[in-house]
Amino acid sequence: SCSCTVVSKQPLASKMAGADSDDSLYPIAVLIDELRNEDVQLRLNSIKKLSTIALALGVERTRTELLPFLTDTIYDEDEVLLALAEQLGNFTMLVGGPEYVHCLLPPLESLATVEETVVRDKAVESLRKISHEHSPVDLEVHFEPLVKRLASGDWFTSRTSACGLFSVCYPRVSSTVKAEIRQHFRTLCSDDTPMVRRAAASKLGEFAKVLELEYVKSDIISLFTALASDEQDSVRLLAVEAGVSIATLLPQEDLEALVMPTLRQAAEDKSWRVRYMVADKFSDLQKAVGPEITKNDLVPAFQNLLKDCEAEVRAAAANKVKEFCENLPEDSRETIIMTHILPCVKELVSDTNQHVKSALASVIMGLSTILGKDNTIEHLLPLFLAQLKDECPEVRLNIISNLDCVNEVIGIRQLSQSLLPAIVELAEDAKWRVRLAIIEYMPLLAGQLGVEFFDEKLNSLCMAWLVDHVYAIREAATCNLMKLVEKFGAEWAQNTIVPKVLGMANDPNYLHRMTTLFCINALSEVCGQEITTKHMLPVVFKMSNDQVANVRFNVAKSLQKIGPVLDSNCLQTEVKPVLEKLASDQDMDVKYFAQEAISVLSLA
Amino acid sequence: SSSSPPCKVDGFPRRSMRRARQRRSHSSSQFRYQSSQVELTPLPLLKDAPVAELHDLFCKKLQQCCVLFDFLDCVADLKGKEIKRAALNELVESVATSRGVLIEPLYPEAIKMISVNIFRTLPPSENPEFDPEEDEPALEASWPHLQLVYEFFLRFLESPDFQPSLAKRYVDQKFVLQLLELFDSEDPREREYLKTILHRVYGKLLGLRAYIRKQINNIFLRFIYETERFNGVAELLEILGSIINGFALPLKSEHKQFLVRVLIPLHTAKSLSIFHAQLAYCVVQFMEKDATVTEHIIRGLLRYWPKTCTQKEVMFLGEIEEILDVIEPSQFIRVQEPLFKQIAACISSPHFQVAERALYFWNNEYILSLIEENCQVILPLVFGTLYRVSKEHWNQTIISLIYNVLKTFMEMNSKLFDELTASYKVEKQKEVKKERERAELWRNLEDLQERRLQSLTEASRNQKNLQERENTTKSQSETSAANTT
Repeated sequence: SCSCTVVSKQPLASKMAGADSDDSLYPIAVLIDELRNEDVQLRLNSIKKLSTIALALGVERTRTELLPFLTDTIYDEDEVLLALAEQLGNFTMLVGGPEYVHCLLPPLESLATVEETVVRDKAVESLRKISHEHSPVDLEVHFEPLVKRLASGDWFTSRTSACGLFSVCYPRVSSTVKAEIRQHFRTLCSDDTPMVRRAAASKLGEFAKVLELEYVKSDIISLFTALASDEQDSVRLLAVEAGVSIATLLPQEDLEALVMPTLRQAAEDKSWRVRYMVADKFSDLQKAVGPEITKNDLVPAFQNLLKDCEAEVRAAAANKVKEFCENLPEDSRETIIMTHILPCVKELVSDTNQHVKSALASVIMGLSTILGKDNTIEHLLPLFLAQLKDECPEVRLNIISNLDCVNEVIGIRQLSQSLLPAIVELAEDAKWRVRLAIIEYMPLLAGQLGVEFFDEKLNSLCMAWLVDHVYAIREAATCNLMKLVEKFGAEWAQNTIVPKVLGMANDPNYLHRMTTLFCINALSEVCGQEITTKHMLPVVFKMSNDQVANVRFNVAKSLQKIGPVLDSNCLQTEVKPVLEKLASDQDMDVKYFAQEAISVLSLA
Repeated sequence: SSSSPPCKVDGFPRRSMRRARQRRSHSSSQFRYQSSQVELTPLPLLKDAPVAELHDLFCKKLQQCCVLFDFLDCVADLKGKEIKRAALNELVESVATSRGVLIEPLYPEAIKMISVNIFRTLPPSENPEFDPEEDEPALEASWPHLQLVYEFFLRFLESPDFQPSLAKRYVDQKFVLQLLELFDSEDPREREYLKTILHRVYGKLLGLRAYIRKQINNIFLRFIYETERFNGVAELLEILGSIINGFALPLKSEHKQFLVRVLIPLHTAKSLSIFHAQLAYCVVQFMEKDATVTEHIIRGLLRYWPKTCTQKEVMFLGEIEEILDVIEPSQFIRVQEPLFKQIAACISSPHFQVAERALYFWNNEYILSLIEENCQVILPLVFGTLYRVSKEHWNQTIISLIYNVLKTFMEMNSKLFDELTASYKVEKQKEVKKERERAELWRNLEDLQERRLQSLTEASRNQKNLQERENTTKSQSETSAANTT
């Protein structure tokens, strides 16, 4: 139908007269007026506080007056409906507990038929939630008929919603009703509209899980086969995931006959979307079908996916390389990897598509633990090195971010020759996000490469980032220094980085002078009281006379920050006078932060 | 995009650079599935063939054109590509110019050749965030052949020899479904051909009409509610525009449903700007067919009125004006109240383009006459806003436009205007008072909730205590009972 029902605005004066006990001061009409305020935002606010209204009305009037109103007037903006659908899922106590929970079904049923997907999904979610609060009898008397009505609705929306409700009521109803439910599900799987078939396909796995094994074999398999060869690829791809769930339910001896032909066909589907889905679910599939089928079927299928003509599919498969290899049966793992998987992996290293290479780079290091030291050195190392030199920064980053896996097997030194140029190049990449990413790996690299290598090769990079022209990089560089000091110790800090940091206090660029302060904030605690008092504090004091107000108020902030590291004598005799002077600065902000520091450090 | 962008501090790539990279062509996924490559040998020319052998040769050429080539490798099999191109050209030429070529046995061969060439899974988009307005589309690599195949198909359908009764055996539902899926192609040249072709199919194969409409519905519904991605919405709407034009009266409920449940919700799409012109055309077509759908349309648009996207809001206002241009006065009366509340809201938009677009309505003669006829209703709806915004808006143009509108109203009905001016302050105060009462109501409600929740927890605690006490007395009596035995 296409009639537009509009919320009527007639005043409910008659009901207003019947205001009841002292406690519910509020006649329902006043509350309902709030629920249909002309302003959507106000209406939305009221709906979001629906529980407050229900509580004011009490359980009985909520059931007899509020819920019917809500059911009758469901025509509103989707945002309001979404809020309503969500609220009703938590309403059981407000209508009087599980005994009355079925009162919530009528409004939720209407919400489950609206056009907007998010509203419908939320209504279904709430229905699923309250289904558990129904007694078995109520489930059959109230809930299951609702599911049936939705399943045979005229418009596709209600049928779509029904798909998500079968599995929650099936386990708790009688066998006759169970048979009806199965029949309804079957009908929806061959629905005329692809929207409903998609919904059914996406719930097939979940439904299979609650069915008795005999029905899985008799009903579900044929539905799965039909959906997996649907004319629309959007339906077929959803059947893939269902296939994985179904495979976990069946005994090993039935898999070959019942699901494998369909899954094999999906792995070679003419639509890349379906093949992508197979690649994406490959690890789950592998676990579901077990070692024998993996060896015979999945290995060649995986090889094909790694060589697929579409980059999307190759990338999805490349992402699974490590997991797939890890889960191969132990007795033949190494042979399979060396003879079947590795040749494909080698090709992917020089793929034309950067997403494929970067997907591979994010997992390839994980193979080293599986293959052991010798194989890693002989076969994997050349690949790592090639990827470290890849033109795409993301590929190099992914390799570097996973260095720890290799470190455990062969030690990072094997890589250091190629590592350094790669790091240097990333450190100077034009994209600040790339630079940011490499900074974040610095502490890890420093730990693995050792202090000497670091001092020699990487220290200057870390200092260069402090004067980067992007604030986010300077900030990350500051934090990086702190982590390095945690690794290498205060003495190292004093010798290598503190002098450089403090030197920047005389820089003509005020941003660099501020960086000195930010570094001091970050380093004072890890460096300890002595270094802070002896070396850093004098510099901070000196900067309190800076001509730029931003530097001065950052001095105040720094003093507040490092105060806890200093001893109380120093605070009273040295810090306090400086802060007091700043507190009478002519700049408003400097004053503010100085006063804040004085009060936080209790120096007043 | 050729001049290098100025060096930016953060080194982000500019849009123009990104775009230059995207101007690539992509291949269709089908190529892989042709394993053995056939070597083509040139056949004699059609125009040289004796009449008796013409059909046979035509058929052979069709079969030859079923061989597919890899166009991403632009130097691969150049000879074969050229032979196929020449053959396709000949087929196009022949079907377009000579009569009597299209005989029955050629139909399945022709449709097969078309199917093999055009039906393919469209490749994934190079750019997952492809923005049809900003980015260059990826072009189909095999276009040199594909275009000729489409051209052949079109000539085939338009040929005076074309017989729908023969074609319908091969151009069936499955064929049409695949054809519709191709509308998602990123290549605008391909969509343009598809549009014309589908239009011809709809025109000539009557048995497929309902099916085509239904499948277009499904595509739109999926676009609206599931993916928000489909490249051919504008083209499909263009076809529908002329289909709607041909609907019989009274409108069937199927068609009304299409309007209310598909066309109106299409307005919610993020990419509305790409197909808004075609969509608005369809909507207005419906109204011109049957004025009684006006209320559905206007209330539908009001329901989906953009809340945060001012660019879309301007489009909506444009569509409303197109609608008002042809609205029947009796229908106008049914929607004027909610409509002018929305227009008032637009006038008070801080975005001056929205306010401006709404105020332009008063420059439209026909709309102005409708407003004048219903001045008693409309003026009270907008007066408060006009009065307030005339004093508050930041933009000088808006303020002067509002003065003009106020002046128009004053001339229309000076008595009502004076009354409203006089009561403006009182109304304002009433609103403030109402707002205060609302706040009070909610404060009280929340206090009440607090009390209720407290008493509830207390009650449950009492009940628990009671139960525990009962349990202890019970177990005590049990032990005492045990003792006595």
